[in-house]
Amino acid sequence: MIEIENVKKSFDGQEILKGISSVFEDGKCNLIIGKSGSGKTVLVKCIIGLFEPEAGHIFYDGRDLTEMNFKEKKKIRNEIGMLFQGNALFTSLSVEENVRFPLDMFTDQTLAEKKERVNFCLSRVNLEGVNDKYPSEISGGMMKRVGIARAIVLNPKYLFCDEPNSGLDPRTAIVIDQLIREITQEYQMTTIVNTHDMNSVMGIGDHVVYLHEGHNHWEGSNKEILNTKNKELYDFIFASDFLKKLKEQTD
Amino acid sequence: MFKLFAHIGKYILLLGSTLSRPEKPSMYLKEVFRQIYEIGIGSLGIVAIISTFMGAVTAVQFGTQLLEIGFIPMWWMGTILRDSMVLELAPTITALLLAGKVGSSISTELGTMRISEQIDALEIMGVNTPTYLILPKIIGALVIMPILIIASCFLGILGGLLAGMLSGFFHPSEFAKGLQDDFDPHYFEIMFIKSIVFAFIITSISCYQGYNVKGGALELGQASTRAVVFSNIVIIIANYIIAQMFL
Ligand SMILES: Nc1ncnc2c1ncn2[C@@H]1O[C@H](COP(=O)(O)OP(=O)(O)OP(=O)(O)O)[C@@H](O)[C@H]1O
Ligand SMILES: [Mg+2]
Repeated sequence: MIEIENVKKSFDGQEILKGISSVFEDGKCNLIIGKSGSGKTVLVKCIIGLFEPEAGHIFYDGRDLTEMNFKEKKKIRNEIGMLFQGNALFTSLSVEENVRFPLDMFTDQTLAEKKERVNFCLSRVNLEGVNDKYPSEISGGMMKRVGIARAIVLNPKYLFCDEPNSGLDPRTAIVIDQLIREITQEYQMTTIVNTHDMNSVMGIGDHVVYLHEGHNHWEGSNKEILNTKNKELYDFIFASDFLKKLKEQTD
Repeated sequence: MFKLFAHIGKYILLLGSTLSRPEKPSMYLKEVFRQIYEIGIGSLGIVAIISTFMGAVTAVQFGTQLLEIGFIPMWWMGTILRDSMVLELAPTITALLLAGKVGSSISTELGTMRISEQIDALEIMGVNTPTYLILPKIIGALVIMPILIIASCFLGILGGLLAGMLSGFFHPSEFAKGLQDDFDPHYFEIMFIKSIVFAFIITSISCYQGYNVKGGALELGQASTRAVVFSNIVIIIANYIIAQMFL
């Protein structure tokens, strides 16, 4: 479980996060949604400690990240898996070496054991037969899957996915979403996903936080979201006239 | 001016943060060998070509001048070539060359990793990125650059010998006499000190520039240029200081 309390962050005097609080539970897909530029990536980077928030607390199962020294932070980081918005795969390493990297760095397993784990994770994301290819040689959707495989290879307790299905076709996007949900439930991870894709919200949004102008403007589940009375959220969800009409008709 | 001091401070802090215990020594060792290979094999060709011709040109120019003066024996050319290669040409020119080649490639590599969030990804895994990304580069360069500079020295003298013979300035045995005459091992120490210092300057400055890139492709190019220019300036200044201190 991750709890955040009153997290604030600004860049060059411009407040991006104006005090965000929320609770993200285990075994659930926690979604952070909001317009492009609303601060989703900044919030996640604050939570994992890549950015230092100016105020607020971040508790990982009760352990406050903002009060930790370097060594304690490092220990938490071994429990975190992260899929970056731009994948952040190591371009000089092959797919297999990318996924194996955390094992190479942090475990004493034999090569055979590591290979087995790598192949398991790659098959878990439905990606086989590309072990020896380099990131530049595979498609965007494959890169996302490699990124997820690398994020889960050490069995993390906390999984962060920043826009896991941006730039993917709707079908692949759904496959990735379902995958994230499955592994979240299977390993009871605390999963936080950034997205602006309403398909993901409806598909896997157990708990949704809507960021707007630096605040969490609305919080709830995807069951509640369609009937929201919150005007900004309503405009965000029913951004297209087509959807708005459809909604009015079904109402 | 204030900015310069801020940069120097940040540079020292970054170098300080590279000194931490590696999570997995074998992974770091692998990186060191990769750097040695890349810097060594990658630069051997260009260093060889430049050094040979450097020696050749030096020989031809000195030879012509000595002939004009007339009363200086031609075997001195061996001595002159030896001392100028060992003291100045091999270490300094090779270092300036490597600043361009190795410096720009290091800063581009790290800068690309920074921009594409690969450094953030390492950081999130719990890797101490200055130690993992910078220390092996510095160690690798400290190992291989003195070797490249010694090679440059030998090839330069060889180039001088060949060019001198082709121009008919001396017989190889005369040249050999000159090479052995009045040999001062202290000069070799200075060459070694220079190569260590220059290797450190090139890699640390280029790592600093690459590691701290912010923005995109444009800034990456600027950082790479800065890496080369600053390395060159600092090498020349350090060269002067070493000459003052040890000669
Ligand atoms: N390193 C940074 N330095 C300065 N400003 C930044 C930095 N990172 C983000 N910002 C600013 O913070 C704001 C929020 O950016 P963020 O990347 O969090 O948006 P986002 O919600 O993830 O958008 P998207 O959906 O497009 O990914 C933007 O206005 C951006 O300019
Ligand atoms: Mg984002």
